[in-house]
Amino acid sequence: MMYSYDEFDRDFLRDRNREFRTQVERRLAGQLSEDEFKPLRLMNGLYLQLHAYMLRVAIPYGVLSARQLRQLGMISRRWDKGFGHWTTRQNIQFNWIKLVDVPDILEALAEVDMHAIQTSGNCIRNVTADPLAGAASDEIEDPRIWAEVLRQWSTNHPEFTFLPRKFKIAITGALEDRAAIAFHDIGIRIVGGPNATIGFRIYVGGGQGRTPYVAQEMKEFLPPTQLLSYLEAMLRVYNLHGRRDNIYKARIKILINAIGVDAYRNQVEEEWQSIRGEGIDLPADEVARIRAHFAPPELRANPVDNAELLKARDQDSGFDRWVRHNVLPHKNPDYAIVSVAFKEPGRPPGDATAEEMLRVADAADRYSRGEVRVTYTQNLILPNVARADLVDLYEDLKSAGLVAGNTDLITDIIACPGLDYCNLANARSLPIAQDITARFADPERAEAVGELRLNISGCINACGHHHSGHIGILGVDKKGTEHYQITLGGSPSDDAAIGDIVGPSFPAEDVPDAIETIVDTYLAQRRDGETFLATYGRVGADPFKEALYGTPR
Amino acid sequence: MPSVITANRLEDGIVVYLSEDDKWLPDLASARVADDETDLENLSTIAGQAAADQLIVGAYSMAVDLSEGTPQAKSVREQIRASHRPTISAVTEIQ
Ligand code: HEM
Ligand code: SF4
Repeated sequence: MMYSYDEFDRDFLRDRNREFRTQVERRLAGQLSEDEFKPLRLMNGLYLQLHAYMLRVAIPYGVLSARQLRQLGMISRRWDKGFGHWTTRQNIQFNWIKLVDVPDILEALAEVDMHAIQTSGNCIRNVTADPLAGAASDEIEDPRIWAEVLRQWSTNHPEFTFLPRKFKIAITGALEDRAAIAFHDIGIRIVGGPNATIGFRIYVGGGQGRTPYVAQEMKEFLPPTQLLSYLEAMLRVYNLHGRRDNIYKARIKILINAIGVDAYRNQVEEEWQSIRGEGIDLPADEVARIRAHFAPPELRANPVDNAELLKARDQDSGFDRWVRHNVLPHKNPDYAIVSVAFKEPGRPPGDATAEEMLRVADAADRYSRGEVRVTYTQNLILPNVARADLVDLYEDLKSAGLVAGNTDLITDIIACPGLDYCNLANARSLPIAQDITARFADPERAEAVGELRLNISGCINACGHHHSGHIGILGVDKKGTEHYQITLGGSPSDDAAIGDIVGPSFPAEDVPDAIETIVDTYLAQRRDGETFLATYGRVGADPFKEALYGTPR
Repeated sequence: MPSVITANRLEDGIVVYLSEDDKWLPDLASARVADDETDLENLSTIAGQAAADQLIVGAYSMAVDLSEGTPQAKSVREQIRASHRPTISAVTEIQ
């Protein structure tokens, strides 16, 4: 199930798109200058990048229907060069868009209840969530219900369309954080309360970019009925204080670290007391209406023949590996969550062809009740697959070239578009990712290394989440040449941490060797079963520094 | 320093260079080269008019290398822009 638009939503989008069509016409006719037009196009997710316009399409909390995915494939084939890029914000970007086509593209998106609004600008951006929502075996409550509540609240919120800076909210309803909530302006964790109630634990002030911070706990337990009034108070206090004079200091993380989370909390509580009675919080029947859209699918009992499955695993090591890494536990033991990896070694991370989108959409219809999710690690998820269908699904995905069994391994790299596409980049990300995956292309080698999150950004904006990579790579400009700074020990999860810079940067051609040196150092130091992060936590940076730069004199 | 003027074409965003006859073409080799400040000022005036005429956006000048005869980009960024493609095989070219 997913949220479906009503007529009001559709009318709104139709009006918005008609308005933008007129604005594009006026721009092309010279009635609007670029200075006048730029803010209008950005409000519709349209950027100008290195080679062309780039359109960023919102995928609310990463949830897509097969029909929507098919439409994205159609759009990339008809109006782009046949591919798109999944982003770390669970959205999609099209890289080769013509301005003259954008009104038609927005119409095509509206046909499937999609748009590009609030994907840019200093507003509350698309809310991100656990991509396994509604299906994960460790879930307390489906976060999509609350992500949708937040989506409706934050869409066109008159007070919060011109914040000091962009504002990003992430929510998880599971025990394990798979939404990197600690790296968002507001992170929300659904937690159990007394007497089988649930509530929200609120974190604030996380983010990456130039000044990375792990979010701090703001409120231990917020009853669900008060989510919106509390967030409204948080945004109001930020809106009042946030620095508008310096974009590098305008994010809420800077405010929190300037005045301290306690002072901020006091001000928010005070504001909250004064607005709680104003009817900001949704009435229970409205929450119930939204909740009904996310009713768990009726998954019929579908016991798998375990002997068959074992036999198939035994006969095909690729399938066996795929089951080990890409098949995740579902709430219903007859079912599984499947990660569709777009990270076959050698591919540019995040890029997906039109054909692949269509193939995954078909697989979703056939095996996952038409449901697809986008992960912030730039892969797709099929959330409701019967274990009995795993072999057939694997064969389907295999013929589409999408069965890399490497979820969360070193080759499952997150990378931003970098200097190959991005106007703000210092250095390229994609060729670095390709060179590194080439070194670990042997799946047995990648598997022997084990869980390892390697993230690459082409500049300090950190779109590729390098700060939270177990190994992070940041492109820097060193006297006009592309160099790369390496960080170690970051984590996006429950043990959220910002990586430490290991030493001086490397030129591009030395990066793959440096990564191999780091991995070899880890393997030499590893005690039985330790992950890279555990080893790094135990031995610290010194052995890695020594291996990379020699013994300090 | 020999320089050319580059911009993005308004209607589709494609990278273009100011060429002969005030045309804006995607091919850097065909770009008009300014040899000195006065030349460059002339080209900038043409670019300003082209922006006002809705042909281009974001025009700027960049130094070029003439050792091969025709203008070549110097920085990696400008080499990538001039090539109109990423430096890697695109995902559509891999299979
Ligand atoms: C190519 C066009 C892009 C531009 C111009 C752009 C620009 C920026 C800028 C300026 C920031 C810093 C904002 C700040 O710190 O206040 C930022 C942050 C971010 N971008 Fe992008 N970006 C682009 C593409 C992407 C892509 C492709 C992704 C996903 C792969 C992405 C994901 C993010 C994320 C997650 C952050 C937040 C980092 C944080 O927590 O501070 N962006 N972007
Ligand atoms: S990190 Fe920098 S290079 Fe990469 S997409 Fe973001 S702004 Fe561009």
